[in-house]
Amino acid sequence: MGISHVLFILFSVLILGGGVMVVTRRNLVQAAGALILTLFGVAGLYVLLEAGFLAAVQILIYIGAIAILIIFAVMLTRRLADEQEPGLNSQWAWALGTAVMALAILVIVIQGTWPLAGGVVGNAPPLTGDSTSRLGVALLSPEQYAFPFEVASVLLLSAMLGAIVIAREKRH
Amino acid sequence: MEGFDVANLFVSIGQVWTGFLVNLGLSSQWIAFVNKLVAALLLTALPVTIVVFTIMGERKIIGRFQDRLGPNRVGPYGFLQTVPDVVKLLTKEIITPTNVDKVMYNVAPALSVIAVILIWAVMPIAPSMIGVDLDIGVVYFLAVSSLATLAILLAGWSSNNKYALIAAFRTVSQLVSYEVPLVLSLLVPVMLASSLSMNDIVQAQSRGWFVILAPISMLIFFISGTAEVGRSPFDLLEADSEIVAGFNIEYSGMRFAMFFLGEWIHAFTFCALTATLYFGGWRGPFVDQVPALGALYFFAKMFILYLIHIWIRATMPRFRIDQMLAFSWKFLVPLALVNVAVMALATKLLAPPDLSASFWATLPRWGGFLGVNLIMAVGTFVAVREVARQARRKEEEVSGRFGSAAVVQE
Amino acid sequence: MVPLSWYLMVSAALFCLGIFGVLARRNAVAILMGTELMLNAANINLVAFWRHLRPDVMSGQVFTLMVFVVAAAEAAVGLALCIAIYSSRGTVVVEDMDLLKG
Repeated sequence: MGISHVLFILFSVLILGGGVMVVTRRNLVQAAGALILTLFGVAGLYVLLEAGFLAAVQILIYIGAIAILIIFAVMLTRRLADEQEPGLNSQWAWALGTAVMALAILVIVIQGTWPLAGGVVGNAPPLTGDSTSRLGVALLSPEQYAFPFEVASVLLLSAMLGAIVIAREKRH
Repeated sequence: MEGFDVANLFVSIGQVWTGFLVNLGLSSQWIAFVNKLVAALLLTALPVTIVVFTIMGERKIIGRFQDRLGPNRVGPYGFLQTVPDVVKLLTKEIITPTNVDKVMYNVAPALSVIAVILIWAVMPIAPSMIGVDLDIGVVYFLAVSSLATLAILLAGWSSNNKYALIAAFRTVSQLVSYEVPLVLSLLVPVMLASSLSMNDIVQAQSRGWFVILAPISMLIFFISGTAEVGRSPFDLLEADSEIVAGFNIEYSGMRFAMFFLGEWIHAFTFCALTATLYFGGWRGPFVDQVPALGALYFFAKMFILYLIHIWIRATMPRFRIDQMLAFSWKFLVPLALVNVAVMALATKLLAPPDLSASFWATLPRWGGFLGVNLIMAVGTFVAVREVARQARRKEEEVSGRFGSAAVVQE
Repeated sequence: MVPLSWYLMVSAALFCLGIFGVLARRNAVAILMGTELMLNAANINLVAFWRHLRPDVMSGQVFTLMVFVVAAAEAAVGLALCIAIYSSRGTVVVEDMDLLKG
């Protein structure tokens, strides 16, 4: 048990605690705040996994853009009555059953291949070289991921145009 | 003191300090831990200390700009004015209104200061004087400064006040709009240094500051930086004539002051970032022989840029919200996009910097970059003039029609 | 170094929280938040596998970046839809959106 284990437990508590609040809070802005905690925890896990670039991008995109967008949407679609209405629908018990069952299956599968009892020290191969610059090379070299990268930019552009067209107020 | 080297002042202080810890009988692990803790504390204290002086200085300078004396009652020439101000703010009652979201209401002011202070972790102040030389320094600073947006949104919403919420919406749309040209302009120094690390960017400017190679990028960065800070002419987040005061209307005492602390620190932090990314950071004459001079150059550049920032603040009137958003989306973003594309091409075409080359051999590269930037500036000027002409022509047509109608009526 | 299975367990739990959120919430924006949870769970897996199994191949990180892009696009379009529906129907509760037209 080293400092990384302590940090891992801290971030996991942040992730799962935030996650529980996201799905149970009736007040949606508070749910979005909990979502931000979860996203922070995930960024922390990226740091523990030595993917610093992804951690920074996670904070920049998820917290700086997506979470703010969600809070905006919550505020723009808020009704005063919403706070008294229940947050969950009538089939929440079934949903809970489904989620628990999915968790059980996932845990069984993970236990089968990567058992939790395998000790507290993971044996990851050592990281060689600067992974950030290797990521950049991988993203932009034609024989690796240049094409998906360009397709992603087209996706973003079309999403942006679509969002503008959909949310624009119709002028008659 | 034996072996105390003034040239490596900070290294020497560090050695003396570590020697002191060794004499205390600490193990090397603990010494490393204590040293990291002290470094973190110093880096946190540094911006908070600087801000005490910049508040006083800015109030004096703004006073002169506006043809008045500024604070002149406390201490010689009023230089101690900040002390009673802080004491006053600290002793004020902190009111928490009813029906606010308690957690978010209390977190938001702290978050707005934390987001700015975290930037100083990657600021290269002098050679080998940097909190952490992250290999993703630039992305890190963008990530933590996006937290300030979040702080403002949370403050506006949790206050449970309509004006605060409207102001928060305005502020967030402003900050998000100006983050786009900011990031795009930042790509240029990153491309020129071919590194995301702040230290590498400073190192890459050994043969010439990036402001010479990429002046347009610098201007876009400085303008969007001013907007990110929320200073005049982009101070719509506290337009008291329109939205009473802004997102911080329900805050009082020290919590209210925290937002302003964040803004003041942000102001000179952005100047420090501009100095680092475009004006060579700690680079200057004799810095290779006397590394301690680096900190002096860094702070001198920062304060000169801050002076320009204050000058803009004292000179320009406030934008209207639609003007401000249009300026970002219709002018800065297209210009920044063109700038990135052209500079990427120029970086590829013009020979990469060869450190062994003589000064004269690097001149064509500088000239090439300057020429490219000049062409872009002229192109922008022509395009803007053309758009303005067409707008004016349209306006004249409309007014001409109404004008003739008025004549007929007479 | 924390073992791989710990990451997988946290990610599995987060994924199931996301499933519950998507299935049980009434508000469309809350459902979107549930999908964000699931995407993040998948991302944890991708990065954990990258680090523990093949840190020499960048596929794990690249796919995480692609998920970021898709999440951003999804959030933008999804929230625009929420706002459009809210302005025409006055609600974002999914059970009340039961008409194909009008």
